[in-house]
Amino acid sequence: MAAVSLQSVSKCYYRGGHPIPVLADITFDVQRGDFLALMGPSGSGKSTLLNLIAGIDRPSAGQILVDGVDIAKLSERELARWRAGHVGFIFQFYNLMPVLTAFENVELPLMLTKLSRRERRQHAETALAMVGLSDRITHYPSELSGGQQQRVAIARALVTDPSLIVADEPTGDLDKVSATEVLSLLDQLNCELGKTIIMVTHDVRAAEVAHAMLHLDKGELFALESNGNTRSLKAENA
Amino acid sequence: MFTFLIKSAFLNAWRHRLRAVLTVTGLVVAILAFGLLKTIVSAWYAGADAASDARLIMRSSVSLVFSLPISYKDRIRQVDGVDAVSWANWFGGVYLDERNFFPQFAVSNGYLDQYPEFLISEAEKKAWLVDRRGGVAGRKLANRYGWKVGDVIPIKGTIFSGNWSFVLRAIYDGREANTDENQFYFHWDYLNESMKKVSPRRADRAGVFIITIDKPENAAAISGVIDAEFRNSLAETLTETEKAFQLGFVAMTEAIVVAIEIVSYVVILIIMAVMANTMAMAARERVSEYATLKALGFLPSYIATLIVLESLLLCAVGAAIGVALTYPLAEVFGSFFESFLPVFNVADTTPWLQLLSAVMIALIAALIPAVRSARVRIVDGLRSIG
Repeated sequence: MAAVSLQSVSKCYYRGGHPIPVLADITFDVQRGDFLALMGPSGSGKSTLLNLIAGIDRPSAGQILVDGVDIAKLSERELARWRAGHVGFIFQFYNLMPVLTAFENVELPLMLTKLSRRERRQHAETALAMVGLSDRITHYPSELSGGQQQRVAIARALVTDPSLIVADEPTGDLDKVSATEVLSLLDQLNCELGKTIIMVTHDVRAAEVAHAMLHLDKGELFALESNGNTRSLKAENA
Repeated sequence: MFTFLIKSAFLNAWRHRLRAVLTVTGLVVAILAFGLLKTIVSAWYAGADAASDARLIMRSSVSLVFSLPISYKDRIRQVDGVDAVSWANWFGGVYLDERNFFPQFAVSNGYLDQYPEFLISEAEKKAWLVDRRGGVAGRKLANRYGWKVGDVIPIKGTIFSGNWSFVLRAIYDGREANTDENQFYFHWDYLNESMKKVSPRRADRAGVFIITIDKPENAAAISGVIDAEFRNSLAETLTETEKAFQLGFVAMTEAIVVAIEIVSYVVILIIMAVMANTMAMAARERVSEYATLKALGFLPSYIATLIVLESLLLCAVGAAIGVALTYPLAEVFGSFFESFLPVFNVADTTPWLQLLSAVMIALIAALIPAVRSARVRIVDGLRSIG
């Protein structure tokens, strides 16, 4: 069973009563342990697609199965619970809570679990150790560099041991060195922990870390690049 | 989870320190102003609140300005249910300067016996009774002017002209917190003797009669009997309970009391608007954080609770300081106005009203930001820049 399976997924927004299509008839599978990069120009719908897969937005039509669960059919409450247990989020601007320390930020998703305080501490410390920030646990986000903040965000994303990690432009706000560190961490999560990762990026160098690249253009799948081979999906669909 | 919620609310509230301090300062001022205004209103009613149910006041039915013949006392005493009768005249003199206002009454000997709430030592009371020029002052009044027993108190008459001098023979303390300790009493006989000499037509008359009855529940019936006794006489009477009599004075200035009440609620409305603005600003700045929390799996109710708690926290701090400051400030405030508002005590209900107002402010101010933030779509929230 595919980790993520999209069947004829469409998404349109309404502005002034008029539908604005963003994604049209998207169908593809992501296998467990895959590392997929979603690429495309601005406005191509890649972030929208990522949001749909992560369960923070709902499709206008189609089916999204993640580990066999049709997330489009879940209620808001069920979807929130599902996200808490199955998805790790990495954002371009880290989205850490500025009033919480690195440790508290990583501990945050564990607040929704039944873990004891001691267990939460152990999990958060382990996650921070994995991203190499054991010595920064008491630091606030404002006291960390961009790269360090993103590493805290990665620790937060993996602390609940989710099967799927979604990353939206994780290196978009970082310098070259920090970006390399972050990409290396994502590669490590994928290779060593077997996490399925779907990453939106503009950066070709970042996308090269992924096993496959899915190109979108104007809301449609354009091409799938895997192991150096490019397959035109538009031609196939036509 | 709840501890974490409280901690997060606290951290959020304290995030913009200047804003938090200014908001709390505003709340303190508003809660304090509300408390003081409420205290002014209760001070206005203090006379009525302190009135005894067992005392009736009889006055001329035409107006308080007109006095009644002293001979009425014997006929009042004959009415069933009447235990004691005394009488008093409003003196209205000036002590040294017109700004030194305090109520002065010429009272008959039995007057103080009818006011057990005036605590006075037997020795001083005896000293007063045997001295025709003797006076009795309330503790606050004596303290205000530094009077001691034995001091001579010169008062210039206005209604009863002439320069009067009294010897302070006793100082009374109030038994209750709302007992008026700003009054001055002297012998009606002393006034009457003088009137007999200088203005015989004004002699042997009393402004009001104070009637103690056996059972407070008979007040209406006894009042009716007394007034019937003097119906069709040259000086018809109006007898009412002491409370009704006092409320009659309050009614004369009711517009002021109503205005003060309105202002007290306007103060709360203003700070509510300020607080709502603060919470709206805070919530707007954190849309992206709330969206992140929702993305991580936190429910909309958590976001709403976080905002409401932050608002409650700010208001709780403001209310706590405001209530704590109300008492010392009421004392300072009361000392400035003790001539007009002799009993200026914070009522037992006032701090509860202040706290209730603070809770209302917190809840109403947080309502719209909480609902909006809870409803924000995650994708929209993540796009916003705080």
